[in-house]
Amino acid sequence: MIVRLLAVLAALALPLSATAQEKVLRAVMHADVRVIDPVWTTQTIANIHGALVYDTLFGNDADLKPQPQMVGKYEISPDRLTYTFILRDGLKFHDGSPVTTKDVIASIRRWGAKDGVGQRLMGYVTALDAVDDKTFRMVLREPYGMVLESLGKSGSSIAAIMREKEALTDPQQQVKEAIGSGPYIFAKDQWVPGSKAVYLKNKDYVPRTEAPSSFAGAKIPGVDRIELVWIADPQTAMSALVNGEIDFFESPNIDFLPLLAKARGVKLLKTGKLDGTQGMIRLNHLHPPFNNVKARQAMYHLVNQEDFLRAIVGDPKYYRVCHGLLTCGGPYENDGGSAFFKDYNPKKALQLLKEAGYKGEPITVLATTDHNTITPATQVLIQAMREAGINVDAQSMDWGSVVSRRAKKEPPAQGGWNIFITGTGGVGASNPVLHTWIGAACEKGLFGWPCDPEIEKLRNAFGLASSEDERKKIAKELQTKAMEQVVYIPFGQWDTPLAYRADRIDGIVPNTGLAVLWGITKK
Amino acid sequence: MTAYIVRRLFATLPVMAVVAMFVFFLLRFAPGDPAAIIAGDDATAESIAAVRVKLGLDRPVVEQFGVWLWDLMRGDMGVSIFSNLPVTRLIAQRVEPTLALSLSTLFVAVALAIPIGVVAAWKARKLVDRLVMGFAVLGFAMPVFVLAYVLIYFFAVQWQLLPVQGYRPVGEGFWPFVECLILPSVALGVTYMALIARITRASMLEVLQQDYIRTANAKGLATDRVLLLHALKNAAVPIVTVIGIGIALLISGVVITETVFNIPGLGRLTVDAVLKRDYPIVQGLILVFAAAKVLVNLIIDISYAFLDPRIRY
Repeated sequence: MIVRLLAVLAALALPLSATAQEKVLRAVMHADVRVIDPVWTTQTIANIHGALVYDTLFGNDADLKPQPQMVGKYEISPDRLTYTFILRDGLKFHDGSPVTTKDVIASIRRWGAKDGVGQRLMGYVTALDAVDDKTFRMVLREPYGMVLESLGKSGSSIAAIMREKEALTDPQQQVKEAIGSGPYIFAKDQWVPGSKAVYLKNKDYVPRTEAPSSFAGAKIPGVDRIELVWIADPQTAMSALVNGEIDFFESPNIDFLPLLAKARGVKLLKTGKLDGTQGMIRLNHLHPPFNNVKARQAMYHLVNQEDFLRAIVGDPKYYRVCHGLLTCGGPYENDGGSAFFKDYNPKKALQLLKEAGYKGEPITVLATTDHNTITPATQVLIQAMREAGINVDAQSMDWGSVVSRRAKKEPPAQGGWNIFITGTGGVGASNPVLHTWIGAACEKGLFGWPCDPEIEKLRNAFGLASSEDERKKIAKELQTKAMEQVVYIPFGQWDTPLAYRADRIDGIVPNTGLAVLWGITKK
Repeated sequence: MTAYIVRRLFATLPVMAVVAMFVFFLLRFAPGDPAAIIAGDDATAESIAAVRVKLGLDRPVVEQFGVWLWDLMRGDMGVSIFSNLPVTRLIAQRVEPTLALSLSTLFVAVALAIPIGVVAAWKARKLVDRLVMGFAVLGFAMPVFVLAYVLIYFFAVQWQLLPVQGYRPVGEGFWPFVECLILPSVALGVTYMALIARITRASMLEVLQQDYIRTANAKGLATDRVLLLHALKNAAVPIVTVIGIGIALLISGVVITETVFNIPGLGRLTVDAVLKRDYPIVQGLILVFAAAKVLVNLIIDISYAFLDPRIRY
C-alpha cells in the first residue's frame, strides 16, 4: 500500500519537477506580437516572431553575407541565369510533415507577390519549378545579382517558408496558422495578443553543422520556452529587468541607460554595427512647394544633424552624424551628395524656397505626439522651420494617425500633407536594393512618392552588377542622384543598446536587422 | 421586485443599441486606418489599399455597420483585425485579471475607507478627523500613475518585497496571485478610498445628529453598537451609491493601473485596440463596459431596498 502511495506521489511530482527545471527566457521586445504572418506585414516584431517559427532558404551571417540555411547545396549556372537549390535533409514542419519544394515554391511566390524586395526579385524570374521533392530551379531573364541576399533578407518581410497550405493564402490576407519549420514552435493556444506570445523549443529541429552566426549557421534552441512579454510602459519594463522579472529588454529608452548601466546583474550590448536607425525627413513630391526640386533642396539648409541627434539620443556614444542615405559604416557608405549638408543656414533656406515659388503658404507637418524618437525630431524640425520664417502648420496626432494620413495623396488642405518624419533600419538602408526609401518609383513608391526613372535604373543596375567594385560605383551614383532629388533628408543615425540580465542569460548576439533570440541560453 | 428587474433588463436593450451605434460611427469617423498600421512602415499606398479591401474597410460605413450588427445579433462580435482571433476570446482572456484587480481594489478601499470614515465622523473636528480628511485630500490629488511608480520604486525595486508587474492567475497558486495584486490595488484603491471615506464621514455626521442616536446613547448602548448598528446602517444608502459611481471611475482607473503594472486586463486591451484602430475589439469592449455599468447600477438600485425598507419597487 505504502509503495503504491509513494509511486502515485512520485508520478504526481514528476511533471512538477519537470516544470521547475524548464528553462524560460522572458524577453520584452520593442512591440507586441499581434500579427503572426511575417509576409503580410512589414512590422519588425512580426518578423522577429517569424524568425523563431519559420526557417528561410538563406540567412545573413554576422557580416550580412547570405549563407545557405534550409538549402543544403546550390548551383549557379555560368551565365548567372539559373539557380538550382537542393533542400538539406531533416527539414520538418512543426506538424511533423516534411518540407518539400511544393511548400518552398508556394512560399516564395506569396512572398514575391507581397514584399518589395521579393517583387523586384520575381520581376527577373521567368520560371520557378520543382525538379523533385528536394530540388527546385529558379530561372532569371537577366543575371540579377541579389537572389541570395533577397531570399536571406532580414528586417522586414523575411522570405519565410510555410506549408503549402498556408502559402497559398492570398498575400493580402493573413495566414491563420503559424506552422513553420524553425527552431521554435508558436504556442497559439497560449498567445494573449497585447500581453504574451509563447514559443516552445522545437525538439525535432535539425540545425546546420556550421557555427552559429546571426541568421546563418546552426540555430540551436537555447531554452525550452521563450515568452515575448509585452510591457507597454518602458519604465515598468526597466524596473522589471532590474528586479529580475524579465531577462532581456530589446529597446530600453535612452533616458534609462545610465540607470540600467548601474543596475546589478544588468548589461548593455550595442546592437549590430548596422542595426541602428536612420532618421528621415520625408517631403511630399506631389504638391507645392516640394514638387519643385529647388524647394526640396532648400530644406537641407535647415538640418543640422547634431541638433536632431542631441534631442533624440543625447549621448554621443549612441549616435553618429551621417550625411549619406546608405548607412554609414555599411559596405556602400559614400560621400555622394553629402555637400548638400555643408551649409546650415535657415535664412538661405527661406530664400531658396521663395525662389522656388513659395509665398508663405502653410506647410503641413504631421507631428507625432507619442513616439520616443520621432516626436522630438519633429519638434526640432518645426522649430528650425519657424526660425527660418516658414509658415508651419504642425498637425499633432498619434503615430497611428500619422501612418494613415501619410498614405493620402490629396493636397495638404484636403487631408494630405507636406512633411513627415520617420526612421528606417540600418541593415536595410545599407543596401540600395533592400533600401526601399531610397527608391523613386513615383506613384508606386513609398509615401512622398519621389519620381525619378534614373534612380530606379541605378537600383536595377546595382542588382545586376557583377563585381563589388561596380556595385560601389553604382551606389555612389545612386546616392548622389537621390540626394539631388531629395528622396528624403537624413538626420543622422543612432542605436539603442539591448539590455539583459548577464547573471541569468548568455549567448546574446548583436542584431542584424532582427533580434536573434534562439541562441540565448539560461544560466 | 422580479418584475422591476425584468423591466430594467429590457430597458438596457435600447441603451446598448444607442451605445453600439455611437461607438461604431465614432470610430469610423476618427482619424486612423488599421490597414496602414498592419501594412507597416515599408508598405506602399498600393499595398495598404489592398489590405483595406481584404478587410472590408473600403465598403460604405453603413454597410459595415449592417454586417457588424447582424453578426452581433447572432452573438458574434467579429475578429480582431490584427490577430485574427475572435473578439469574444480576446475579451474572455482579459476578464479575469480586470475582475481580480477591480474586486481587490474594492475590497481594499471599502474595508479601509468605511472604518476610517466612521471614526472620523465619531471624532469629528479632532486630530483623527483632520488626519483622515488630510488623507482624503491627498488621495484625491495624487494621480494613480504617480503613486504606482512610487510604490514600484520602494516595494519592488528597492526592497524587493513584491513584483514590479504582471499577473498570475489564481490557478498558479494563491500567494503568487495575491502578491501581483497588492501594489496595483493599493495604487488604484487610494483615490477610491478617499472618496468613500469622505462620503462615509459626511453621511455618518448627519445620522449621528438624529434623535434616535441620541436616544440610543441615552439608553447607555455601547459606542460600537451605536455607530455600527444604528448609525452606519442608516448612513449606508449614500455610501452604496458612491461605491456604485466608483465602479465607473474604477473602469477608467483600471486602464492606467493595468498599463503601469502590466496587467493583461480589459483596460490594457482597450488602450491597445484604440491605438491600433482595431475596431471590432473597441466596439466589443465598449458594449461589455456599457453592459457592466448598467448591471452595476441595477445591483445598486436593488440593494437600496435591502438597506432602507422604505424603498419599494
